Amino acid sequence: MATTEEIRADLAEIVNEVAGIDADDVQLDKSFVDDLDVDSLSMVEVVVAAEEKFGVTIPDDEVKNLKTVGDAVAFIERAQD
Amino acid sequence: MTSTRVVVTGLGATSPVGGDVKTTWDALLAGRSGIRHLDDEWVEQLPVKIGGRVAVDPSEVLERVKARRLDRASQFAMVAADQAWADAGLEGSGLEPERLSVSLASGIGGVTTLLSNYDTLLEKGARRVSPLAVPMLMPNAPAANVSLKYGARGAVHAPTSACASGNEAIAMAIDLIRLGRADVVLAGGTEAAMHPLPMAAFANMMALSKTGTDDDRDPASVSRPWDVARDGFVLGEGGAVLVLESEESANARGAHIYATVLGAGISNDAHDIAQPDPEGRGGTRAIQMALREGDVDPATVVHVNAHATSTPKGDIAEGLMLHTVLGSHVDQCVVTSTKSMTGHLLGGAGALEAVATVMALQDRTSPPTINLDDKDPEVDLDIPTSARTLPDGDIVALNNSFGFGGANVAVAFGSAS
Repeated sequence: MATTEEIRADLAEIVNEVAGIDADDVQLDKSFVDDLDVDSLSMVEVVVAAEEKFGVTIPDDEVKNLKTVGDAVAFIERAQD
Repeated sequence: MTSTRVVVTGLGATSPVGGDVKTTWDALLAGRSGIRHLDDEWVEQLPVKIGGRVAVDPSEVLERVKARRLDRASQFAMVAADQAWADAGLEGSGLEPERLSVSLASGIGGVTTLLSNYDTLLEKGARRVSPLAVPMLMPNAPAANVSLKYGARGAVHAPTSACASGNEAIAMAIDLIRLGRADVVLAGGTEAAMHPLPMAAFANMMALSKTGTDDDRDPASVSRPWDVARDGFVLGEGGAVLVLESEESANARGAHIYATVLGAGISNDAHDIAQPDPEGRGGTRAIQMALREGDVDPATVVHVNAHATSTPKGDIAEGLMLHTVLGSHVDQCVVTSTKSMTGHLLGGAGALEAVATVMALQDRTSPPTINLDDKDPEVDLDIPTSARTLPDGDIVALNNSFGFGGANVAVAFGSAS
């Protein structure tokens, strides 16, 4: 099983690729919209890339609940169990 | 007609022979070709393996995150628009956003985005299709993205007329200024169709030359307008943008004026969906319209940047048009095809060639047509095989573009006074 930190680091790479945010800034307490300036279309791209990377499914209804990087990492951890 | 005069105050280009206007123009004057063997892996399955990739990839110029939201055609448009905007000195000029328009065309649109997302759909399923696919591939994406970048709140047009699109966008920009709808228009065209599907389609319709692919011929020798051995065009990619401006606006801000825009003519052959009218009647009318609109004496037309794509029929038809319109003055007119060096940029062609036409007026020099080793006896034009000096005084140059669907667009430019 991937650790929380490993998931965060992989997710940070995706956010960097999609939105150009420095991967070191993608920390658990950061809000995608307010802190990282990830807009709605970019968020869809992050979600799709994360599904592929982590082998999980993130339903559209769930995406709006993923406010912070920590929310996303927690969801992926649960989904991988 | 209103009396608003239109001038050219800025130029930008990214082409197979250069990443900007200066390197492109220097290469054209020197007769350097941008046609090479393509190194893409998909080329193996194609009957055509050569083309004119841009000399400087947009990934070397644009910010990565911004570029990944743009189809390659929009990337070229953005690179060219950035150059033209800076060249015209518009940054910080205080131009009202409502008086700024964009008229920027592509012949095919975001075809690589469309097809790569289709590949993804088939290979990985619907979920993997990019949410950005539609705003990236739509035909008005290049115009819309340039409008966003520069805050253009006037009309934003993306006319499509296949290989005449770039020139039609310029013709439309002239109208916007003459009708008082805009003071400044970023006008031009772009194309990024270097993909196996459009290339296979063009090859199958016998439009693309298949020489230089499986033989030892130099790729740079294959685009040979008006030569007896021509057998189709070579695909190029790239984009170009001109800043067109009302003379009043240009003078008010003390802008450099490259050339004046005298008139434009647009017509259609209504003859065949792909073949040109063999007698060039529609093109003749477009050229006559452009000259009449600018009240141009045919005797002052000393240079033509021809559409001449290196196809057997089209090159001859264009010669007939020039003979009909210019009469005996055709002998004093230097006619060239820069496609001999850049290949055919489809929707970007009219714009790149407009840049070359304007530079020819400013520098009073026509670029050569390369590979003209044995001129077709059916073509009676003065075609320079090395750079040729144009006369002093008030001179006029024409830029012609013709496209599938029967489209004919001619734009007449005059030397700056």
